[in-house]
Amino acid sequence: MKKLVLVSMFVLVALIVVACSAPAPAPSAPQVVKETVVVKETVIVQPTAAAKAPEPTKPAVAAPTAAPAPVALGARFTAIKSRGKVICGSNDQVPGFGFLDKATGQFTGFDVDFCKALAVAVFGDAKAIEFRPVNAAQRGPALQTGEIDVLARNTTWTVSRDATWGLFVGVNFYDGQGMMVDGKKYPTVKTLKDLKDASVCVQTGTTTELNLSDRFREEGVTFKPVVFDTADATFAAYQGGRCDAVTTDISGLVARRSLLNVPADHKILDVVMSKEPLGPAVPLGDASWYNVAKWTLFALINAEELGVDSKNVDQMLTSKNPDVQRLLGVTGDLHTGLGLSKDWVVKVIKAVGNYGEIYDRNLGPNTPLKMDRGINKLWSKGGIMYAPPFR
Amino acid sequence: MTTTAETIGPPRTSVGALGWLKRNLFSPWYNALLSLISVWLIYSVGGQTVQWALTARWEVITSNLRLFMVGSFPPDQVWRVWLVVTLASLLAGMSGGIGGRTARNIVFSLAASFGLFGVLSLAGGGYEWHFANVLAIGAGYLLTRGRAQWGRWVALAWLLAFFLTLFILYGIEKNEWLPLIGTDRWGGLLLTFLLSIVGIVFSFPLGVLLALGRRSRMPMISLFSTLYIEIVRGVPLVTVLFIAQIMVPLFLPEEMRLDRIMRAMAGVTLFAAAYMAENVRGGLQAVPSGQVEAAHALGLSDTLVTVFIVLPQALRVVIPPIVSLFIGLFKDTTLVAIVGLLDLLAVGKSVLAQPEFLGLQKEVYVFVAGVFFIFCYVMSYASYRLEIALGVGKR
Repeated sequence: MKKLVLVSMFVLVALIVVACSAPAPAPSAPQVVKETVVVKETVIVQPTAAAKAPEPTKPAVAAPTAAPAPVALGARFTAIKSRGKVICGSNDQVPGFGFLDKATGQFTGFDVDFCKALAVAVFGDAKAIEFRPVNAAQRGPALQTGEIDVLARNTTWTVSRDATWGLFVGVNFYDGQGMMVDGKKYPTVKTLKDLKDASVCVQTGTTTELNLSDRFREEGVTFKPVVFDTADATFAAYQGGRCDAVTTDISGLVARRSLLNVPADHKILDVVMSKEPLGPAVPLGDASWYNVAKWTLFALINAEELGVDSKNVDQMLTSKNPDVQRLLGVTGDLHTGLGLSKDWVVKVIKAVGNYGEIYDRNLGPNTPLKMDRGINKLWSKGGIMYAPPFR
Repeated sequence: MTTTAETIGPPRTSVGALGWLKRNLFSPWYNALLSLISVWLIYSVGGQTVQWALTARWEVITSNLRLFMVGSFPPDQVWRVWLVVTLASLLAGMSGGIGGRTARNIVFSLAASFGLFGVLSLAGGGYEWHFANVLAIGAGYLLTRGRAQWGRWVALAWLLAFFLTLFILYGIEKNEWLPLIGTDRWGGLLLTFLLSIVGIVFSFPLGVLLALGRRSRMPMISLFSTLYIEIVRGVPLVTVLFIAQIMVPLFLPEEMRLDRIMRAMAGVTLFAAAYMAENVRGGLQAVPSGQVEAAHALGLSDTLVTVFIVLPQALRVVIPPIVSLFIGLFKDTTLVAIVGLLDLLAVGKSVLAQPEFLGLQKEVYVFVAGVFFIFCYVMSYASYRLEIALGVGKR
């Protein structure tokens, strides 16, 4: 009897070991499979699409040199098209960026609008989308496993994330870490040096906390960090006078300042303690899908630069400006390189507006957040928001 | 007769309200002091609480009520949720008609609260469903009153209603009347309920089987049951949910995508089953061995002994721990908020991110806590009455 138990225990342990060692190659296995699928697709798609494509393009635009072979859709893009909707990893609890709208019960916000733009680009329908709220801990694995087609969740673009999570398609919001103090109590504080021996409220476990000590060490100034678990607790403590200053991303400081008892008393110092370029990312392994996401973002920014918005987009179709004509697909066949429809940008702008409209609707001066565009203004207007041209 | 008028009553300070006060609050001097301090404490803490409750911005709750109840379920399809609720009300009414005083109390309070909410929403609209629920409860009650023999059928109807509910909520693909609503749109209290009901309904039989398996004389079965129970009890529920949401997709091929809500339901069920098994095992041990021996002596087979002699006695004993397990399970479903499902708590957090309601944590969390308290208290009350009705600890 005892022997039997021992033997069966041994067998079970062996089984567990086998079961545990088996998954190790598994994550890489799908990628290998994906690659072969890509090759297959190119073989199948190219002849049929190539046979079809020249017919409509040649009579329409007499430009034989500018007839790029239609793009070979990758595995993910093909899967998205056959699924009929884009799965968007989004934020569900960040003011202005992603939350549930009380009227419609749907997700809304700055990041959510990028997902909508993507759905319109592919399907012409802002509802062809499934939202997966992901938190800070989940977003990496969700991208890695390919659970989501795109991650649009105020995520900072870093080299390690590009290497392991997926590919960032660009920056849709330039943020940076800032510092806020009570201007009434400390009217002379202007720089971090002035905050010598001050106590600073900060949320624990964030890059913010690490940046804080980095910057103060760099300045050679001592300070007392007062750490809290959540953003709510951090700002409640600051309001209650537990610390002299509070630090987080500038966008967060602006949003939170509007909630303090006397917002005008508090000033955000003119120091940027870290670069936090936030942007959407897509899973590794499908260049065609990466391109679609990337150029959807660039289309939004270009549209603002060229003065195309959701109200005038129909008039703009007759614009003489060649840049506008190319952007809206009136001339040229840039869309074939992306595997999208000819009027995809028109539909996107009609549905969600250009970058500036998205910003103003969710974060701008007419919202309770009243966030200044700051460096997120277009490069032509004093900011650093810049997109490659449609050519 | 005449003497009664002359009888002198006890002193006024030792009977009635005054007497009670003196006896309980002021009798030796230090009790009087304590009473005064307590009154002051209650006043200073309670006063502030009442003041807050009166000045709180409750519109964050009222204007988001639908979100709290059903999450992002399409607004034009909410009638499906109401239909399900009305169906449940009808069955609850029927159970109330059959059951004893407790069931009646619960069902009547349910009807009263529907009536109250109906009256409250008279001005705002949407009261039709509330009153429909009151009617459904009444109809069910009248239908089954005094017909205790229908008990089995009502129980069966509950089980059918559970599957019907899932069907009504999910719908049919490309159907005009009942369009498909993906589980990603299920949320709020609806999701909390579905998760806990699925957890409770499926973990119970699973737990009983595991408990019997652990006591089995067959080594592989008992070893498997023991291993399962110990491993699952050795990891926190959050871990199980994280494995279900993040690890499982890593191991499965890309085409095999299990629904996320389904994965959470499976995680919760498998987790609760292990605890259920240990509770049931405790009950099995409490059944005296004489019962089994007597049954065997009468010629009953092992299966019959287990089903008709051991289990009924064992389960009766473990009602209190099982109910506290269910209450715990109901509250634990909020952990799915961590893995990105929009249950009641997660909806609350998302509502807090609405720019017009920033910073109203107190209102939202007090409301969520209140909702949880009400349902947990009802469960606890029902189980207490059930124990009394079954005579646990007396027989």
